[in-house]
Amino acid sequence: MNLKPWIAVAVIGMAGVAIAQDNSTLSIDGETFVTETDAPAHLENVSTIYSGWRFRTPETQALQVDDFDNPAMIFVDQGIDLFNAVDGTEGKSCASCHTDGPEEFAGLHAKMPKVVDGKLVVMEDLINTHRQDVMGAEPWKWSGADMQAMVALIGLQSRGMPMDVAIDGDAAPFWEKGKEIYYTRYGQLELSCSNCHENNYGNMIRADHLSQGQINGFPTYRLKQAKLISRHNRFRGCIRDTRAETFAEGSEEFKALELYVASRANGLDIETPAVRQ
Amino acid sequence: MKYGIGLGLAAALTASVVSAEAVKPTAVVFEDGAIASSLSGTPGDAANGAILMNKGSGNCIACHSVEALSDLPFHGEVGPPLDGVADRWNEAELRGIVADAKMMFDGTVMPSFYKTNGFIRLGDAYTGKAHGDGEVQPLLTAQEIEDVVAFLVTLKFE
Repeated sequence: MNLKPWIAVAVIGMAGVAIAQDNSTLSIDGETFVTETDAPAHLENVSTIYSGWRFRTPETQALQVDDFDNPAMIFVDQGIDLFNAVDGTEGKSCASCHTDGPEEFAGLHAKMPKVVDGKLVVMEDLINTHRQDVMGAEPWKWSGADMQAMVALIGLQSRGMPMDVAIDGDAAPFWEKGKEIYYTRYGQLELSCSNCHENNYGNMIRADHLSQGQINGFPTYRLKQAKLISRHNRFRGCIRDTRAETFAEGSEEFKALELYVASRANGLDIETPAVRQ
Repeated sequence: MKYGIGLGLAAALTASVVSAEAVKPTAVVFEDGAIASSLSGTPGDAANGAILMNKGSGNCIACHSVEALSDLPFHGEVGPPLDGVADRWNEAELRGIVADAKMMFDGTVMPSFYKTNGFIRLGDAYTGKAHGDGEVQPLLTAQEIEDVVAFLVTLKFE
């Protein structure tokens, strides 16, 4: 009787070893990406981190190795148009101030989210703040096509650079809050992020191959939804699926969670815009 | 004769009242993670249990593989395979695990299928909205728990 739970645990453990991430190498236009590396020091229960790309089928993986095949690039092109489009009361476009073009933002994505003047800000905040305060334009909806096209365009400028968000100093309290959310078991199914993406990555849940839930490829083109998906939209979908009341996109909770989840990818190369199932 | 019909009717009424009187989720008694007696008072239907393994709020094979249901696609790997599960656990233990596995395995990932309180940010099913003030329904009814258990006790290697 006392032994039985341990039998169950042993079987779960074996299942985890039997099927896991694959051994494929991600290379885009001749550049090889780090999709597997030692976990950052702050991670207590995982020794190696893997890109979500490593958990996808060969067919889905193939869509990301050539930018001509990557369906997200259509939206990046729209982002370039938006970058140059005048909008708002001041008669300005992004390009009016950022005269070197989107390339000016190389490296920014790797450091996001970050704390500015005591507030945790993510890329969507930076974009909307500049639209409102500098351009006199209406803010974009968090997961709207315009917003995510711009987030993807800016993220692409850092593609191939390792994620490197700060978790200490001003960021520490936000990071701690995000970590608490990550390990909280929400909803009637009482599932935390960690239950699936830390305890069970590599395992199948129904037809889904569970990854580590890394966000270094976001915004990502999700085949299921046929558009660019924001980080907060994916967080919302996961929490909803635990039969819980979700947090809102752009909420302080999701910004904190984004910082914590981004920090779990520190060391993985940015793949934005990735392609997922 | 009249009397006899009356008795029969009374007996039938009593029986239906008894079978409808399920043990409430908040009143279930666990002993070492097991539940000794039926939650519904009505024997489980193994055939319906097999359907619940694949559908609705049961969806057991999302996480567990079951050879006996191999005609259904996409069995999960999050929990242990259930083949031979009745060789490892008796009926009372299986009932306890299905109703609230956390009573048997502290901290297990497995959801509690006959539980209605103690949740964090309980939602209104899969809408993402808050549950509200209405009565919380367990993931499976008492009879559905019994049906699933009736199916599970058939999973023997011998």
